[in-house]
Amino acid sequence: MTMAATDAMLDTPPTPAGPWRRLLRNRTAVFAISVLAALAVLALAAPYLTNAQPLRISPGIRLKPPRPQNWFGTDHLGRDMFALVLFGGRTSLLVGLLVTLISMSVAITLGLVAGFYRRVDMVLMRLVDGLMAFPSIVLATAAAGYLGPSVTTVIVALSIVLIAPVLRVVRGQILVLRELPMIEAARAVGVPDRRILARYLLPAIMSPLLVQASFIFSAAVLGEAALSFVGLGVGARDVSWGSALAEARNYIQNAWWIVVFPGAALVLTILSLNLLGDALRDSLDPRLARR
Amino acid sequence: MTDQAPILEVRDLSVSLPISGRMVPVVTDLSMSISPGEAVALVGESGCGKSMTARAIIGLPPPGAVVSGSIRLEGRELTTLSPRERRRVGGRGIGFIFQEPMTSLHPTLSIGQQMTDALRYNLNLPTRVARDRARELLARVGLPKERDLLNAYVHELSGGMRQRVMIAMAISCNPKLVIADEPTTALDVTIQAQVLELLIAMRAEIGLAMLYISHDLEVVAEFCDRAIVMYAGDQVEAGTPVECLKMPHHPYTRGLVDAIPHAGEARARLSPIPGQVPSLGSWPRGCRFQPRCPRQDDRCATRPELATVVRSEVRCWHPLVGEVS
Repeated sequence: MTMAATDAMLDTPPTPAGPWRRLLRNRTAVFAISVLAALAVLALAAPYLTNAQPLRISPGIRLKPPRPQNWFGTDHLGRDMFALVLFGGRTSLLVGLLVTLISMSVAITLGLVAGFYRRVDMVLMRLVDGLMAFPSIVLATAAAGYLGPSVTTVIVALSIVLIAPVLRVVRGQILVLRELPMIEAARAVGVPDRRILARYLLPAIMSPLLVQASFIFSAAVLGEAALSFVGLGVGARDVSWGSALAEARNYIQNAWWIVVFPGAALVLTILSLNLLGDALRDSLDPRLARR
Repeated sequence: MTDQAPILEVRDLSVSLPISGRMVPVVTDLSMSISPGEAVALVGESGCGKSMTARAIIGLPPPGAVVSGSIRLEGRELTTLSPRERRRVGGRGIGFIFQEPMTSLHPTLSIGQQMTDALRYNLNLPTRVARDRARELLARVGLPKERDLLNAYVHELSGGMRQRVMIAMAISCNPKLVIADEPTTALDVTIQAQVLELLIAMRAEIGLAMLYISHDLEVVAEFCDRAIVMYAGDQVEAGTPVECLKMPHHPYTRGLVDAIPHAGEARARLSPIPGQVPSLGSWPRGCRFQPRCPRQDDRCATRPELATVVRSEVRCWHPLVGEVS
């Protein structure tokens, strides 16, 4: 009431800006979104942007520094670094996207159920405790070791590891929300559980989930790089930023370009995702809505 | 009125809640029955177990609560039903009006969606029919027809309108019984009167039986046939509300009546009941009102039974009217 009165006095529009407008007013967020959009476009358009094959070995042009024919130079096998970074980005971003989608959807489903049904919760949360007590990189390593190195393995392994943190967030929110009178009211009039979960509870946790999604994405990209770096990643038939870095590590001292370019791409992605996550958190917080 | 088969019959209802690791009773041995078309009030201070009783009846006790006793709706035992069955029966047979319409309606679902949900799942109506019926119901509870309220959200409605929506939802599936848990507490006085009037009108119109939970004996006296006064989880007195007001039997009811302020008697001092409602888990042995009671003596160390005195039932060794053997 008081806010409405103040608004009228100041002759400002009475409705506060929605979360999206607020997000787009945030410069950091705009920067992060632009960088991510640019990286996504580059990755998608990779075949049109370079004629070079990322995996073609050219022993004649090994370890060439950046030059007109190879903008980012070549690596120790004579592969074009520009193509490697572009095509590597495809793998890295694809892994990030799929891992986010898979782990989020599994975690949301399980989290809703766990938060709503106390019996399921008891069992499920002990499993999650076990999963979380395990160092995640070790878990991913074990999964990768068991399934053999490939992009699919990386996606499966990282999805499993990243389910636990999201599941905890979802469950925690649901535990609070399920006690609200509006949920009790819905139950009292006989709305079935599945509808309460899908229509009454899920929308209410979307904003923390959106924030989680950006952090999960960055954890997945970073996780893929880490797995590839230790040789449990995408395998030899695919390239990713992580695998490019892994192979570059012996040449750091004499060929900076084979480390810097994939490294920079990775840093830029992670930084943007984390900045976006923070900005999302701010703009989705209704307490900040009036600012 | 009492010769008809009761809509709701509650026998020896007890509810316990887990509080810091042990089970604490919050309602003990409560019995009541409501006949078709009858309005029964459940009166008492906050924390005396009124709402807990209501929630036990609709099958939504707080998590971890233990409910015992028998609850029959139109002769059908509810306590032995599976939770799913229970909800089906509850949604259709009992309408529930919550205390706070603001928090009991979902903020991001439209009024229409929430109303049709109830109709679709309880009566298996197709969405279109359910919407028509919802529109009808909103008109029936006195909401303006010109405004398309089905597409409105809670924040667009005033407190009174919200409570009208809640009432429309409660009666949407043609229940025989409506339970109203302090439906006017969150509203201001003029709106309170309107909502109350609406409830009374609805009752007359559809012949609803009603369990009306309140802390206000005077409001209750206006339209309820019977009042049950609760204190610390116990039924202490039951009778017509007028009787409770004019000729209270139990010292606690008397205390409640004396604490009602009256316009015009500005100089007269209110007499509050000394002391406080004992907190859960620290109820005294014997009569639970005894530490605050002016008539207390040695006999009150044992728990009095519910006895019929004149036309009321009372749980007291020393009722203000009549004698208990």
